[in-house]
Amino acid sequence: LRQPASSSLARLLSTLAVLEQREGKLQNSSLSAIAAAQKLGGPVTAFLAGSGVKGTSAAEAAKIKGLEKVVAVENDAYEKGLPENYAPLLVENIKKGEYTHIVAGHSAFGKSLLPRVAALLDVSQVSDITGIESEDTFVRPIYAGNAILTVQSTDNIKVITVRGTAFQGTETEGGSAEIVDGVDSSAVAQTEWVSEELAKSERPDLATASRVVSGGRGLKSKEEFDRVMLPLADSLGAAIGASRAAVDSGFADNSLQVGQTGKNVAPQLYLCAGISGAIQHLAGMKDSKVIAAINKDPEAPIFQVADVGLVGDLFEKVPELTEKVKSA
Amino acid sequence: MSALRILVPVKRVIDYAIKPRINKAQTGVETTGVKHSMNPFDELSVEEAVRLRQRGEDKSSPVKVENILALSAGGPKTPDVLRTAMAMGADRAFHIDVPEGADGGPEPLTIAKMLRGVVEKENINLVLLGKQAIDGDQGQTGQMLAGLLGWPQATQASKVDIKDEAGTVEVTHEVDGGVETLRAKLPMIITTDLRLNEPRYASLPNIMKAKKKPLEKKTLADFGVEDTRRLKTLKVTEPPARKGGGKVEDVDGLVSKLKELGAL
Repeated sequence: LRQPASSSLARLLSTLAVLEQREGKLQNSSLSAIAAAQKLGGPVTAFLAGSGVKGTSAAEAAKIKGLEKVVAVENDAYEKGLPENYAPLLVENIKKGEYTHIVAGHSAFGKSLLPRVAALLDVSQVSDITGIESEDTFVRPIYAGNAILTVQSTDNIKVITVRGTAFQGTETEGGSAEIVDGVDSSAVAQTEWVSEELAKSERPDLATASRVVSGGRGLKSKEEFDRVMLPLADSLGAAIGASRAAVDSGFADNSLQVGQTGKNVAPQLYLCAGISGAIQHLAGMKDSKVIAAINKDPEAPIFQVADVGLVGDLFEKVPELTEKVKSA
Repeated sequence: MSALRILVPVKRVIDYAIKPRINKAQTGVETTGVKHSMNPFDELSVEEAVRLRQRGEDKSSPVKVENILALSAGGPKTPDVLRTAMAMGADRAFHIDVPEGADGGPEPLTIAKMLRGVVEKENINLVLLGKQAIDGDQGQTGQMLAGLLGWPQATQASKVDIKDEAGTVEVTHEVDGGVETLRAKLPMIITTDLRLNEPRYASLPNIMKAKKKPLEKKTLADFGVEDTRRLKTLKVTEPPARKGGGKVEDVDGLVSKLKELGAL
């Protein structure tokens, strides 16, 4: 974008990356928002809001390489990121900063918040992009990743959410952006945050792990899922994922679902057992670098995408694999 | 809070089990002669509306359902999904007539503006939408509608609980890493996630009854909205093909292949 042909555009372009923070810590989706924002080519400002963020997540953001400044709003009312008050807050700051591009990660936070922001700005949104062709042209998967759409936005403000696995490589050190106060009109939240239940895990985060082991219906029960899959994950230092069938049957937590309606992952290694490979599941993992599958059905569609497949009983093969990985 | 007047927008999409084919002109996917059904997330919202009515009738919810309006925007086959929604328990339906295209129909912002008009005209106080349509995978309409109306929203709901006669609603919804519970007051917007409920099958007698339920044809213009497109489809292409790398005989073969590929 810094090439002569589009230099006039690049000069006008100014991007706001909406960062997600939780209890003072930046979330991974923030890094992909910044990575995408930097790809657009213009100056990048980061925005975040919450309880006492200036000394915590905003300071963390200020160190990220390539940010012009960090706009922070310190107010407990925004800590939970409730869209009812966060969206008007964002809109005010967008108008004040005259940004041309608003970028957030396609996480639960970004998915819930950004369309509300777009509607308040009276612009369309481009969701879950995997590529940027120019300042107004974006690439995104549709139909569960079975088709790739290249779309051009004619809106004056481009509101975009980005797929985390497609935008990586943000340098979290070396920057020294200035932290400035944002505008805060303290819009009233119509929604009250009651509670949360997060699945606790020592394992790497599913969406960003370099290795993922994933189990499906073939595991038969939660006990078997835990008995067979957890040691394999531990031996590989991998995150745990699951197919919808496994989640629906209660073998694994909902938040571990990989697929069109769950998480999108693109690890170095995606190793799955007892997963047939339905369209909806493939949508969430087919950008993995290496796919390995263990399944007793030689005709399972998963073998059409797997780089290496093993036909066999997972209850024998997975524990054997776990032992061999451990001793290797 | 007197009673619930629920709006359930539904979309007719290519059936979830079918692998879509891209058309020759690379402008969209082939839709002619392809099996279509109700967007799976919309089935969940119809089901939830009907369950809210049942809970109101058996007093496990303090608020009764007065009316369930199903609505869909699309071409001449759109009434099919509206009849399905009515066979599941919706009372009436609006078919918003828009030309059929390979592009997935009007943009979410247009649909949200039209829905705002419907909400205002029909005095709706709860809108239940799917969290995303499985064709465009955009996941925007509910949030946009909530923004336009200035109403509270709960996306990706896995549990909806009406607490009192004043219309306090508690929604448990899926977030990254687990679930979160929110409390808001009606009127509000809720989008559904897969784990909210299990949609019923419409029985034959109910399918027959649904044929007699009122289905009105409307246009975007009836709600003061134009089908303006801000997003231009430049092309639709196949994703890069992935080739299976073949099978190995045993676990040793698996381990050595993974090492060869640099994955171990």
